[in-house]
Amino acid sequence: MYSRFADLLIADKSAPTIKRKSIMAITLTQTAANRVEKFLSNRGKGIGLRLGVKTTGCSGMAYTLEFVDDMQAEDTAFDSFGVKVIVDPKSLAYIDGTELDFTKEGLNEGFKFNNPNVKDECGCGESFTV
Amino acid sequence: MALLQISEPGQSTAPHQHKLAVGIDLGTTNSLVATVRSGQATVLLDEDGHALLPSVVRYLPDDGIASNQVDVGYAAQAAQSLDPQNTIVSAKRFMGRGLKDIDISQQPYQFLNSDAAESKQLVQIHTRAGVKNAVDVSAEILKSLKKRAEQSLGGELVGAVITVPAYFDDAQRQATKDAAQLAGLNVLRLLNEPTAAAVAYGLDNGSEGTYVIYDLGGGTFDVSILKLAKGVFEVLSTNGDSALGGDDFDRRIFCWILEQSKCAPVNAKDTRLLLTKAREAKEWLTDHTNAQITCKLSNGELIDLTLSTKQFNELTQTLVQKTLTPTKKALRDAALSIDDIKGVVMVGGATRMPQIRLAVADFFKQTPLTNLDPDKVVALGAAIQANTLAGNRSEQDLLLLDVIPLSLGLETMGGLVEKVIPRNSTLPIARAQEFTTFKDGQTAMSIHVLQGERELVTDCRSLAKFELRGIPPMVAGAARIRVTFTVDADGLLSVSAREITSNVEANIIVKPSYGLSDEQMLEMLKSSFGAAESDKNARMLNEAKVDAQSLTQAIRAALQQDAHLLSGAEAESIHTQLAAFEQLILGDDAHAIHQATEALNTATENFAAKRMDASVSRALAGKSLENLNL
Repeated sequence: MYSRFADLLIADKSAPTIKRKSIMAITLTQTAANRVEKFLSNRGKGIGLRLGVKTTGCSGMAYTLEFVDDMQAEDTAFDSFGVKVIVDPKSLAYIDGTELDFTKEGLNEGFKFNNPNVKDECGCGESFTV
Repeated sequence: MALLQISEPGQSTAPHQHKLAVGIDLGTTNSLVATVRSGQATVLLDEDGHALLPSVVRYLPDDGIASNQVDVGYAAQAAQSLDPQNTIVSAKRFMGRGLKDIDISQQPYQFLNSDAAESKQLVQIHTRAGVKNAVDVSAEILKSLKKRAEQSLGGELVGAVITVPAYFDDAQRQATKDAAQLAGLNVLRLLNEPTAAAVAYGLDNGSEGTYVIYDLGGGTFDVSILKLAKGVFEVLSTNGDSALGGDDFDRRIFCWILEQSKCAPVNAKDTRLLLTKAREAKEWLTDHTNAQITCKLSNGELIDLTLSTKQFNELTQTLVQKTLTPTKKALRDAALSIDDIKGVVMVGGATRMPQIRLAVADFFKQTPLTNLDPDKVVALGAAIQANTLAGNRSEQDLLLLDVIPLSLGLETMGGLVEKVIPRNSTLPIARAQEFTTFKDGQTAMSIHVLQGERELVTDCRSLAKFELRGIPPMVAGAARIRVTFTVDADGLLSVSAREITSNVEANIIVKPSYGLSDEQMLEMLKSSFGAAESDKNARMLNEAKVDAQSLTQAIRAALQQDAHLLSGAEAESIHTQLAAFEQLILGDDAHAIHQATEALNTATENFAAKRMDASVSRALAGKSLENLNL
């Protein structure tokens, strides 16, 4: 798994090479896992949750959070409290080690990325740089 | 820190691009706001965890710190009996309604100019915060829900879908839109309540067929028959009873308590207490077979009764039956039988009562859909529709079709109504019809737009009036006037009239006549024109005076400096003219001042010329040609 991931990183010149010793993991907190499970069952279909990044936003990269219906060959999957967490290889470079939490702030509630790779975050927390 | 929600695969939005949209159930008794989060429609709760916001607005007394404060919801509801004149409940019943449309004797409010009951003006209520109407009150409720939504979603809303009863006419729909505008909400769409309920149950994704929406709320009963075909909902018919709801069941229990306890007529406070006990017993009986009713009246009398489900069912049997009559009528209107109905959706808190569910199941010979909270189902459906309309779903958009609840037509000779668009036509729609002149040489035609099913103008609701002028004189019946009615997807009407031979045209967008009558509108326009004229005159006068004053100042300064340039007679003449002029400009005849200014200017031209010569020669005196920088 790891070697293929490394190949992809090298093959893709546009992706910044990040030195790492091994893949850590993407995890959910228990609260987040419970929520995801509930949302998935309400939705009636889907195999898991996809975490990712894309290059837009006010501070370089932005997080994405999606339901997954089909897994791609290059995806990496993690299991966290029984929820399948799916990440594509490019995104994994930026968010490896992330823990996804579900929190309430006043009346607002939603998911929050605790990403150890982040150097700088925009004020809104929706985008970041590594 | 923004909190993220889960998107559908491949539909993550760029940061700050999430389109926050909500669905609002603006109800008679209670209102709710809902949204779609992480793919799921949820009702948004307030700080105390309440989903419902009582549709009650209280205009608060000035506390010396802030004025024009309002309470909305539970706080206002609690003060209802203490401050009835400033606490407005069930404002929805007044939406788009004039005084003649409602029974004011049943209301605790001070209505404005009840003598003008004939007028079509929207009902106005005197409160301590000034005169308020249903649109103002509804706007306060919407503001409160908007605030709750923005706090819950952490951002500004792009818009809202607001639900209205399927039978709401043009005026009532427009009033709802106006209230939203007043609250600073962008209305994505007005959606019929039964349609929203059907969407919440996902019937739009299901199989095609005809569905019944049975909506028994706190004070109103509505039944609608919807047809789903090719992913489109069409309201086939609606019916109901605007004075039948869960509250009537409470009242039946209340009467039963009085009867059983044989107590003397009770005062207002005890009535309220007993009604609360009655409601609690009703709710208890949803899951239990017996309800204990115990309380102490203000005169010390003790009430201790047990109400069984069987007794309760007997007490309220007639009420349950009363809902079936409009249901039958709706079926008949849609020309359907019970066998044609594919599903029945239950909406409204009162449909929790088992005897209602049983009666409906029995009538339609099938189990009604009850798995969603009947209080929330309309708001949830509105939220789903709002999410689609805001563009958060790229799946093929669900297009909802609604129908015109009442026929639209216009007045013809003899006070008769000619229907142009029949009721239950699907929206949007445009229909044209040709009319002609009644008299020889008739050059104008009054177009009176009406809504209703009756044949006589007096029995229908007047929506708008406008005139088509400039018809070339012809013999009666020769002119061909084509009148086009267009109703958009929100159910709002525009009417245009064109004389075909001459192409003269007139049109109107029906801002239904709930707000201002045509006469009032004209009066307002006239007064603004009048003001424009006087404003313009005042401006002209001021300008003339300013010009005149600067001229007198210049002349006085010149006289002081260069009086020696003038002969005695010349100086005398200028002084006399100046004195007369200064007198004149104290007046307010702009035209005279203007003319006198011109005259004085001419009269002093000679003096000005002499001064010019003098200053030139002064400047040149003692200077040789070489020194002049020519």
